[in-house]
Amino acid sequence: MTANERWQPTASLADLQARALQLAYLRDFFARRGVLEVETPVLGRHGVTDLNLDSIAARFAPIAGDSCDQGWLQTSPEYHMKRLLAAGSGSIFQVFRAFRSGERGHRHNPEFSLLEWYRPGFTDQQLMAEVADLVCGWLGCSRPGVLSYRDAMQRHAGIDPFTVADEVLVQRCGAWVGESLAASLDRDTLLELVMSHQVEVALAEESPTFIHQYPASQAALARISQVDGVAVAHRFELYIGGLELCNGYWELTDADEQRARFEADNRARLAQGKPAMPVDEELLAALSAGLPDCAGVALGLDRLLMLKQGRDAIDDVVAFPLERA
Amino acid sequence: MASYSTNEFRSGLKVLLDGDPCVILDNEFVKPGKGQAFNRVKLRNLNNNRVWERTFKSGESLEAADVVEQDMEYLYTDGEFWHFMATDGSFEQHPADEKAVADALKWLKEQDIYTVTLYNGAPLSVTPPNFVELEVVETDPGMKGDTAQGGSKPATLSTGAVVNVPLFITIGEVLKVDTRTGEYVNRVKSS
Repeated sequence: MTANERWQPTASLADLQARALQLAYLRDFFARRGVLEVETPVLGRHGVTDLNLDSIAARFAPIAGDSCDQGWLQTSPEYHMKRLLAAGSGSIFQVFRAFRSGERGHRHNPEFSLLEWYRPGFTDQQLMAEVADLVCGWLGCSRPGVLSYRDAMQRHAGIDPFTVADEVLVQRCGAWVGESLAASLDRDTLLELVMSHQVEVALAEESPTFIHQYPASQAALARISQVDGVAVAHRFELYIGGLELCNGYWELTDADEQRARFEADNRARLAQGKPAMPVDEELLAALSAGLPDCAGVALGLDRLLMLKQGRDAIDDVVAFPLERA
Repeated sequence: MASYSTNEFRSGLKVLLDGDPCVILDNEFVKPGKGQAFNRVKLRNLNNNRVWERTFKSGESLEAADVVEQDMEYLYTDGEFWHFMATDGSFEQHPADEKAVADALKWLKEQDIYTVTLYNGAPLSVTPPNFVELEVVETDPGMKGDTAQGGSKPATLSTGAVVNVPLFITIGEVLKVDTRTGEYVNRVKSS
């Protein structure tokens, strides 16, 4: 493709107008509920330790009195927003441009638009209700049903994710990824394959659905409790039309636990040949100072717009995806 | 041999999977939940034409398959092989077996040009051009004057292919036929 073909946007003007309306809707939604709009840095000194997220590095000229000359485009505004919460901001939201290296496909662009918000005093259940208000108010869809991760896996894949034998998972996934690769994957990755190859496919045919109570091993930054004799994370995702739209947590507020998870992440990164990422000490200091009890969620705005406009590809709703940017 | 990583997979790329040459049809990036990235790839096995779906870990790579498509002129058959000759000036000849010729058999006319897919230098498949011009060797008598519309009848062409043609077509006429659908397009000339 030549520059003469590449200069044009991939989204139609109607889709770009809908994007502007969506932004106005979101700001109005939060203004009515007294949630403060904030802006936090896109360029930070710390990336994320998450094994499956790769930050994009950025170099810059050092400033006076500071030798730092490299930062990272943020994969989400989470850490900075949590520092605002610890500083007493109260409920906050942000429309953020996030960057994730290497993520490109039908539904992914390395630069994308993320809505993230935090509600002090909310549980994951209360925040799910607010997500439903926001999404259904915009899309005009039915209110999402709620399914535990365990029930979703049992109903759509016929396995109990907490008790199924490793060999059964390896055999099931071997059909999709080949036997040798399946045998080398850890249990959580095998479960994620079942999720994407069977459960998500089935959910595409259903009305909007929240999945919650993920296995504790997939908690990321959520707190954990016991439900029906198993440890589950207070984490939720919303699926509409097969699209994974958001990921929310009843947030972990324990600095020591957070540090332990960061360090475990880095060990896993090193084991996979990825560089360890410096731990965000400012975030840990903020957690030590005291993060209020809160729930938070990140929601993909490009995908929300795809649903609103009935589009199948992210390129249909983004003016200039990476290849044209 | 070169190899390709998942981020280089694009439709049309020829790769080796489990020892079979395949062409990539579709490559979809997926990243479930907070999990690791995968590529769900659709491929057609060039040995048996079956479509496979396979998921790869992002960053995994596959060996390139030595598969090339070349224009060749069909020369003759000895009953066991169908012989083709490269039109690139090399005059290189390649015998294709029945499996490689497959459905193209009924469209093969000597001196016409076909696309031959070579795997490790040997013909893997033969693709006829989208349209061929072939003579009618057998059909029921034509009904003159009935050129408007109405029924159709089978006609056997010089290669043995049987196509449905309008009633006015007669033996000896040359027809243009769409090889993808096996349908009659129009008369090329009357003899």
